[in-house]
Amino acid sequence: MSIFVLKPGLLTTVQDLGRYGWQRHGVIVSGAMDPFALRLANLLVGNDEGEAALEMTWIGPELKFETDSLIAVTGGNLNPSVNGQPVPIWRPVLVKSGSVLRFTAAINGCRGYLAAAGGFRIASVLGSKSTYLRAGIGGFEGRALRETDRLPLGTPAPAVQSQIRQLQTFPDNSPFASVNWRVSEHSLSFYREKKTIRVMRGGEFLHFNEASRSRFFHEEFRVTPQSDRMGYRLSDVTLELQKPLEMISEAVTAGTIQVPPDGNPIVLTADRQTTGGYPKIAQIISADLPILAQIKPGEKLRFREVSLEEAQELYRSREQELHILRQGLRLNWQQGLRQA
Amino acid sequence: MTANRSCRVTPLGDSAVLVQFNQTIDLETHRMVKSLAKDLGQRPLPGMIEYIPAFASIAVFYDMLQTSFTAIRSGLLDLAASLEQQIDDRPNTVEIPVCYGGELGPDLEFVAKHNGLTEEEVIQIHSGNEYLVYMIGFAPGFPYLGGMSEQIATPRRQTPRLSIHPGSVGIAGTQTGVYPIETPGGWQLIGRTPTALFRPSEHPPSLLQAGDIVRFRPISREEFDRRMEQGI
Repeated sequence: MSIFVLKPGLLTTVQDLGRYGWQRHGVIVSGAMDPFALRLANLLVGNDEGEAALEMTWIGPELKFETDSLIAVTGGNLNPSVNGQPVPIWRPVLVKSGSVLRFTAAINGCRGYLAAAGGFRIASVLGSKSTYLRAGIGGFEGRALRETDRLPLGTPAPAVQSQIRQLQTFPDNSPFASVNWRVSEHSLSFYREKKTIRVMRGGEFLHFNEASRSRFFHEEFRVTPQSDRMGYRLSDVTLELQKPLEMISEAVTAGTIQVPPDGNPIVLTADRQTTGGYPKIAQIISADLPILAQIKPGEKLRFREVSLEEAQELYRSREQELHILRQGLRLNWQQGLRQA
Repeated sequence: MTANRSCRVTPLGDSAVLVQFNQTIDLETHRMVKSLAKDLGQRPLPGMIEYIPAFASIAVFYDMLQTSFTAIRSGLLDLAASLEQQIDDRPNTVEIPVCYGGELGPDLEFVAKHNGLTEEEVIQIHSGNEYLVYMIGFAPGFPYLGGMSEQIATPRRQTPRLSIHPGSVGIAGTQTGVYPIETPGGWQLIGRTPTALFRPSEHPPSLLQAGDIVRFRPISREEFDRRMEQGI
């Protein structure tokens, strides 16, 4: 009941939906950069949607399955194949014991998620299995995966196990078996809005000079290579305050766009600090954080302003969409995973 | 005693609000923050996920499927209006043993020279004061401390170190602090404590809490090594 790591990829970590409730002790939230993709990967294999999964960054790993495993790969397309045969993403796939799942560099998006039925048998730290690299806590030994790691898998729920048995026939000696349905394109269409990220004004928006405020919404920023799970550093447009601003450290959150004195904005992401002292020009809305997570260094993006009401409405309709998907998947589970 | 009730409540993105009392770091503001944090800890607002107190503000995170900005905002304004300023007669005092100087405090000599003092005087001044934990932030368990003597104030290093050992005690400007985890940083390192400030397997995971009083106690290298071995 395990997955053996042949090659770790660029940065592959165990993540769930994050370590909430401890920020007042300075504990960083961490968790999936693209929580939507992680939740769907779990739902596709019959897991609780907040179960831990692998987050694979840009260049994916090579993994050998030591047991028949029901998995789902979602998020950016890191071009997965099993024993050389391409496997579909956004779909449950039963991988035969002894097979090798190989990813390449992302052909679309930046971060892929791999969930396995039963989840990973890894201890929680402060209520979460997410890896926080800098403190070396959570996930697999508090670090990114390395060659020869062996990831223990949990036991799938009985209902899931009986469905796995239906798929276990592996037609034509194929190294994997899939089903004849997947997450609809319509549910994923928001990822195509890639270039434009919606934001609300930040607390210090009006402290920036007029030219900077205008540039922020009208020009394109580039994601620099100095971007990681802590934050995206942007370049190509610099932003200036009207006059120097003495800031006292206060809380920040996922999607906070802060501007240090050099004028190049930083978007705070999953492994952000709990507090910060730079002026905040804007705040990415929750519904668009998955889109940001799929933008690679070197790519460009622009920002568009929405109101708090719009931001919350967009989030609620995304959750509604997810709710419909959840119900559809439950129905598929009840009827049995029909084979493709 | 009723606190100064003026505060701003503004959105921090679509799922949090920021309550700002002042834009100053002072004891009175700290007490208001602490008092609101206590209220929120004892009687969480419906739909609240967690809160982060800072020097002069508190952020409250909420689930927007369960509550609204308006509801959270009015809940916070009600709490703020009836805030009793917490004056803690017996704050929790935490003693942090520190082995000053030598290889554990490579910048002690610089701090002394910069201020025209001997190393021994720097140690006496640093360990002679009481420090108030204004807030925890930046890193897990990192305390922002108030109360350092200007006599030992020293600017940050020109070139930050790429890696600083956990437990390192440093000075940056008029601030002093302890690094709980390994991180890069530009503080002048004057010593190291064997005491863990971030303890992920304990509840709470942070040794220090906002409002605590910290005292540094000089220890020998032998005591440091012994405590490291025993994990205390």
